[in-house]
Amino acid sequence: MRCDEVTAMLPALVDGEPVGFDAERHVETCLRCQAELARYRRLLRTLSMLRTRYVEPTPGLLGETLAAITEAAEHGARHTLLSGRRLAYAGAIGGSALAAGATAMVLIARSRKRALSLAG
Amino acid sequence: MEIRLDETELVGAARSGDRQAFDELVRRTFVDTFTLARRLAGNEEDARDVVQEAYLRAWKGIGKFRGDAAFSTWLYRITANAAASNLQRRRRQRSVPFDDDFEPVDTGAEQMVSQSAESAEALDRIAGALDELPAKLRSVVVLKDVYGMSHEAIAEELGISVSAAKVRLHRARRKLRDVLYDEGAQADAM
Repeated sequence: MRCDEVTAMLPALVDGEPVGFDAERHVETCLRCQAELARYRRLLRTLSMLRTRYVEPTPGLLGETLAAITEAAEHGARHTLLSGRRLAYAGAIGGSALAAGATAMVLIARSRKRALSLAG
Repeated sequence: MEIRLDETELVGAARSGDRQAFDELVRRTFVDTFTLARRLAGNEEDARDVVQEAYLRAWKGIGKFRGDAAFSTWLYRITANAAASNLQRRRRQRSVPFDDDFEPVDTGAEQMVSQSAESAEALDRIAGALDELPAKLRSVVVLKDVYGMSHEAIAEELGISVSAAKVRLHRARRKLRDVLYDEGAQADAM
């Protein structure tokens, strides 16, 4: 394999990902590709060190964030309360409708019974 | 006397709806989360939006947090997802470049090669080079190489396939390598 073909695989090889026997063998014997692989290793080492290089948040941002959470929590609570009320109203309306239906059924049944007894 | 609760206790209380406990979690993780948001967003303004969105999502979702992973890991994933959403929103609003229209900037690569990779200056240079990467490449390399997230987790939070995450990672590494070590490579080739 040629160096330019292997070079394209080095960003994967640096993680230990399999890139094929030919490419791996090339790197073992090619000083140029070994140097290139070393650069990628160094890149990864430096990137991992960024993990603890903290960026100072903008002044006041923590307070703004806590305030935004408070607002969202209150909005959520109002929403939940409204949803609860809506459910209660819907339940009451549904219950009334059921009761009205049942009453109508009873009345219809009674009037049919009376009509039958008069006919008999 | 104030009793300092540990993270597990705070998470437990926050899951039960204790706002004070959640606020304390926010205070303890804020710098770390802001740093991740800043690295992902590539600029301060978007980082502010991302960090606020991340904590709002965390507050809404804390009841579902099972504690399988560390709270910080869970928060990283939420932040990554919030950053991806922010990027999509920004693209719609002002057509943020999302592809590979990336030109390596002069970051003083020749000095970089001769210095220790771990020097403060090297870290500043690499942070600057990350900011210059296209957003979709930056997200993946930050989450994988800086924060050590798995390809699977990255793919899930960014809404892409695992193979796409790997392709983006490798491209990002190549671009960073070009920016930071190009002088060295040319020297080697001579």
